[in-house]
Amino acid sequence: MLHIINKSPYDRPALDSVLKTGTGAILLIEDGVYAVAKGGAAEPKVKAALGKFKIYALTPDIEARGIADRVTDGVIQVDYAGFVDLVAENKTNQSWL
Amino acid sequence: MKFAILVSEGPYTHQATDTAFLFAQAVLAKGHEIFRVFFYHDGVYNATRLTTPPQDDRNIVKRWTELAKANNLDMVVCVAAAQRRGIVDDGEMQRNGKDATNLAEPFRISGLGQLIEAGIQADRLVVFGD
Repeated sequence: MLHIINKSPYDRPALDSVLKTGTGAILLIEDGVYAVAKGGAAEPKVKAALGKFKIYALTPDIEARGIADRVTDGVIQVDYAGFVDLVAENKTNQSWL
Repeated sequence: MKFAILVSEGPYTHQATDTAFLFAQAVLAKGHEIFRVFFYHDGVYNATRLTTPPQDDRNIVKRWTELAKANNLDMVVCVAAAQRRGIVDDGEMQRNGKDATNLAEPFRISGLGQLIEAGIQADRLVVFGD
């Protein structure tokens, strides 16, 4: 299952909800990418989750928000083509709106 | 692989329609097929041809129509969502006694069954909204 999150962890509980589901891959897009900024309050949560989830984040959205130079280690950056690949590789996907 | 895309947010509000468009472009660039793009809730505002964004801004409606025409995409607008929000084609104009239409080509207005069918026929359905 690919969990697609487009909300900042500082705005809505989507990331927390996904982390409670247990396993799978997480793709952070739009404001969701704020979760991977080093030094943010969500950083420990993301680091802990890396053991259970593969965490991806959309590079254009990271760059648009000025956090490209401080992405948490272990997070895999993808472009839109990578986004398509993730959807294709995972049998199911869920956008947490 | 066959993809279907659901857009449930209007243009120029949050980022959803931009992400959906760029995703659709990437799907086609990868050689996949898009079975249908379905516009639901405020997403129906993506289909008005009367939109006039500033010249230095992206024209989201035009962008969709150009992508659809170039790739022969099926672009479906939910009829109930369209009626509530004043998105009108010839059929709806006559049926509801309106004096104008505003649906951009090649969008078409149809029912929610088209979304269900897209979910069944496509290998993947991806939702973009807010």
